Amino acid sequence: MTTESSTSAAATSREPGEAAAGASFYNLRLYVAGQTPKSQTAIKNLQRICEEHLAGRYRVEVIDLRVTPQLAAGDQIVALPTLVRHLPPPLTRIIGDLSNTDKVLVGLDIRPVIDGAVDGP
Amino acid sequence: MPAIRYTLNLYTDSGHMVTATRRGIPKAATGIVGLDDITLGGLPAGRPTLLCGGPGCGKTMFGLTFLVNGIRMFGEHGVFLSFEERTAELAANANSLGYEVNSHIAAQQLVVDHVRIERAEIEESGEYDLEGLFVRLAHAIDTVNAKRVVLDTLEALFSGFSDTTVLRSEFRRLFAWLKDMGVTALITAERGAGDLTRFGIEEYVSDCVILLDHRVDVEITTRRIRIVKYRGSAHGTNEYPFLIDTDGISVLPITSASLAHNPSSESVSTGNSDLDAMFGLGGYYRGSSVLVSGLAGAGKSTLAAMFAESACARGEKCIYFAFEESPAQIMRNMRSVGIDLEKYVASGFLLFEAARPSFYGFEMHLARMNRDLDTFRPLHVVVDPISAFRGPSQVIHSALMRWVDICKSSGITAVFTSLTSTFEEMDANERDVSSLMDCWIVLNMVEASGQRNRTLSILKARGMSHSNRVHEFALTDHGLNLTGTWRAVAGGRDS
Repeated sequence: MTTESSTSAAATSREPGEAAAGASFYNLRLYVAGQTPKSQTAIKNLQRICEEHLAGRYRVEVIDLRVTPQLAAGDQIVALPTLVRHLPPPLTRIIGDLSNTDKVLVGLDIRPVIDGAVDGP
Repeated sequence: MPAIRYTLNLYTDSGHMVTATRRGIPKAATGIVGLDDITLGGLPAGRPTLLCGGPGCGKTMFGLTFLVNGIRMFGEHGVFLSFEERTAELAANANSLGYEVNSHIAAQQLVVDHVRIERAEIEESGEYDLEGLFVRLAHAIDTVNAKRVVLDTLEALFSGFSDTTVLRSEFRRLFAWLKDMGVTALITAERGAGDLTRFGIEEYVSDCVILLDHRVDVEITTRRIRIVKYRGSAHGTNEYPFLIDTDGISVLPITSASLAHNPSSESVSTGNSDLDAMFGLGGYYRGSSVLVSGLAGAGKSTLAAMFAESACARGEKCIYFAFEESPAQIMRNMRSVGIDLEKYVASGFLLFEAARPSFYGFEMHLARMNRDLDTFRPLHVVVDPISAFRGPSQVIHSALMRWVDICKSSGITAVFTSLTSTFEEMDANERDVSSLMDCWIVLNMVEASGQRNRTLSILKARGMSHSNRVHEFALTDHGLNLTGTWRAVAGGRDS
C-alpha cells in the first residue's frame, strides 16, 4: 500500500495557475486483472504519461486484482483497467487502457507542459 | 440437485383448476409462498433468472427474500450485488420485512456489495471491460461459498459507461460466466416502455423471465407477478397477485386440493336451535360455505355472529373478518341481542380481523385472509360482508371461488354475508356468488299492516332437506327468535 508521502501538497493542488502544477503530488493506483494485453498497454501508457508530465512528483501503485481481489470493492472498481487518482483530491477514476492521452490528462487534471511534449491537438 | 417432481394446481382465468405434474429441471426453491407453486419448485438452479418490473414493484425485496430464504430454509449462502442502494439502506429496508441481514453478514452467510457508479467521477480513455465486476463477484461468491446471487439492478451500469457495445458483450459474458459458476442468479431490471426491460437485458437471459407489476385499478393498487417464460419447465401462465408486508412476500394462488376435498357429513350448529331445526341435518354441513344475504338491517351480521359465538362456545376457533364495522362496534351491537363475543376474544377462541375494503384489492384481502388462516388455524370463519368489495364481477367471482376453495380444502365452515337489493332484483353478481355456496339463507323485510317484519328462508342447502317456509323472526335481547311462518295475510302467523 502507498505510504502517506505528501498530504501537505494536496492543499495547493487545486489552485489554478502555473504555481499549482509544480506543487501537487500525484498518488495513483492502476487496477488491472492479470497480464492481459489491455493491462500491459495501460501500464505502458501510464508510465509514459507520468514521465512526461509528472516527473518526480508521482507515485503509481499497480494492483493486480487476480492476486488481491478483495481490493476491488474498496475503490469501487467495475471496469478494468481503472486508474484511480487518490491525490490530489478529489478522487477521480479513468477507465480504459489510457491510450487517449488527452483524456488522461483531463481526467488527472494535468496541465500540459507548454514547451513541446504535448500530444494531441 | 436431483430432478424433482412437483404437483401444481392452478386456476385458469375462468376459475377452473388445472393440475400439472411433471419431471422438471433442477430447481432452487425461493421459499416464497406461492411462487414455488407457480414455478413448480422455484427458479432454475444454477442458471440466471431475469426479474423485471417498474419502479416500486418489489424487485429488490424479491431478491432479498430469495437470498434470506436460501440461507434460512435451504442452507444456501448468498451474494447481493447492489447497484442502487447502499448496504445500510438495504439492511434497513430488509429489516422492515423482518430479515436480519446484518446478522447473516456477520455469520459469513451473506455478502452485500454496493457497486457505486458515479458518472461524473469517471473519465474514459481507451478500451476497457467489466472484468472488475467479475472479480468482485467471484471474490464475494468465494468468501461465503455462495450458491445464490442477486444483481440489483444491473442496468444501472448503462448510466455509468458510455460504450454500450462493450456493456452488451460483457453482459453476455457475465451470464455465461454465472452459469459456469453454477450459481442460481436473479437479475433485476427496470421495465421499459413496450419491451420487458429498458435496455433489452432479456436478450441475454433466456432461462427464466419473471415480470412484476404494480397496477392501479379504480384507485386500488395490486401487485401482480407473471412468469413470462421458463425454459425446460411448465409453469403457471396467469398473472397472480402478490403481497409484500411485514411477514414478507406471498404470492396467490395458494395451491389447494382442487375439487377433490372430502366433504364432511357432520353438521355444525347455526347458533340457533330454531334455525338448526330448519335444516334436515340440524345445522350447516361442517366445512361448507354459507351465504347469508339480505337487505340493510335485516340481521345478517347477527346471524353470522350467532354462528361465531356458538362455535367458540364449543371450543372451536373462529376468525371474524369485518369489512364494514370495527370489532368494537360489532361486539357492542351484538351485546344488544344477547351475543357476547368479547368473552371469546379474551379467551383466544375468536379473532377479529378488520380492514377497509378499499385498503387493498380483493385479491390482496384474500392473501391476507389466507395468511390469517395459516397462523390462527380456525375451524370457522365469518366474512362480513363480501358485498363491501367493489370491482369487476369477474375478478371478485374468481377470487371468491378461490377463497371458498381454500376454506373447503381446510375443512373450514365459512359464513359469508352479503348485502343485496330486493330479492326480485338479484343482479348477475349475486347469482354468480350464490352458485359457489352450499347453503343460502335469505333475510328479508316485509312491509304489511303498518309494520316491517323480518323474514328468513333457506333458498338452498346442498345435500340435505330443508324447510321451504318463509319464517318470520324477531331479534330480541336473547338473540334470534323464529316466531312462525310468514303469511302474506296482514300480520298473519300460523303456530
